[in-house]
Amino acid sequence: MAKDIVIEAKNFNFYYGSVKALTDINIKIEKNSVTGIIGPSGCGKSTFLRSLNLMNNLILTARYDGEILIDGDNILKKDIDVVQLRRKVGMVFQKSNPFPKTIFENVAYGLKINGIKDKELINQRVEESLKGAALWDEVKDRLHVSAFDLSGGQQQRLCIARALAVQPEILLMDEPASALDPTATLKIEELIQVLKSKYTIIIVTHNMQQAARVSDYTAFFMMGKLIEYNKTNIMFTNPEHKITEDYITGRFG
Amino acid sequence: MIDRRFDEELNELNNMLLKMATFTQESIYLAIDSIKNRDIKTAKIVIDNDKKIDEFELDIDDFSVELLARRQPLAGDLRFITTGMKINGELERIADLSVNIAERSIDLSSQPLLKPLVDIPIFSELAVNMVKTTIDSFIKRDAELAKKVISMDAEANRLRDTIQKELVEDYIAKDISTLSRGVSLFLVAQHLERICDHAKYIAEAVIYLVSARVVKHNKLKD
Repeated sequence: MAKDIVIEAKNFNFYYGSVKALTDINIKIEKNSVTGIIGPSGCGKSTFLRSLNLMNNLILTARYDGEILIDGDNILKKDIDVVQLRRKVGMVFQKSNPFPKTIFENVAYGLKINGIKDKELINQRVEESLKGAALWDEVKDRLHVSAFDLSGGQQQRLCIARALAVQPEILLMDEPASALDPTATLKIEELIQVLKSKYTIIIVTHNMQQAARVSDYTAFFMMGKLIEYNKTNIMFTNPEHKITEDYITGRFG
Repeated sequence: MIDRRFDEELNELNNMLLKMATFTQESIYLAIDSIKNRDIKTAKIVIDNDKKIDEFELDIDDFSVELLARRQPLAGDLRFITTGMKINGELERIADLSVNIAERSIDLSSQPLLKPLVDIPIFSELAVNMVKTTIDSFIKRDAELAKKVISMDAEANRLRDTIQKELVEDYIAKDISTLSRGVSLFLVAQHLERICDHAKYIAEAVIYLVSARVVKHNKLKD
């Protein structure tokens, strides 16, 4: 069983200065699953997501304790190689943020800064990544135009391709479709279903129906605590806790 | 965020279901009265009322689908609307079976009495009681009461078998002139038993509504 768990948080606490943002988070995330994280604004769901690749360490007042094991290694230990960690744990943000470069260079960027110089290998990885992000067919004839020429949905898939290029194991997605129209959202959601055969995906979403559609497991956070973590089909038909029921049925507050 | 308008809509759906249950119960009472009293006029009321019940079933379905589409409900709300749709359909079937009984009543009332009715009134009482109890279990969201309804179904099957066996062996087989009346009473027993089945299906839906447990097809599945 243990080999199927790719991420495990143990008594994880997180503080912004004196403010405690996460309290005693314990969660085990299965390999090749999609986990949706839901909860009201300020509940700590993005903080938790960003803890999984130490993005929060960029905040000067951030402190944390407990453990977060990824493939059995505690990423909170002092001598962790953050660059290696972020290669393994890729991230896609709410707003697509391509670099002001060509489509090709956006995807190749991560490879180049990782010291890969072999052009053939780079070409191959760019193609694989764009195919993996279901964007290849739409851009293969214009790889050298600016990424900003793409639509919002295409830009978001480009960002996914960019994350895939460095061959991560885990993909963190922070509201990846919240700025997209329903068709582009559907493409991202379909892509998530395809990607989970290769990657473990954790997605923060404000859209309850999106969590219900894409995730295998759903975690409900509130006031910095993990209130309920359950299979998605149970979570959305018969949640264990009344507070979860109140939140997902909109009777919260 | 408390969406009060949605709560009002759910209340409205609940009230519509209770109204549907009232119509259905009225149909059974009248159909049974018409059999007991050989009253063609009452039987015709049951048949006439059915159109109104059919239309109301469609109204409830439309409203439920609209709520599913607009509100995309989850958890308890989702269970309420989906079981509500099921209960609505079961109530409509019970009303249809009441019409079938009323039709047999018209048929029987125009012919001499085959025999004094003994088991049919007992069976009718059971069917009325099962429907009433199952509706109570829905109103009170009471899974224990619903389980009681499920346990009553065996007696319904027993009564149907007893009545039908007696009709065939003691009347139809012995005297072919009793065939038409015998078959009508045979069918009344069949319709009453089906009414009890639909009461049981509603009880199973209530258990799912209350506890999210599936108990139909004699299975207990979490």
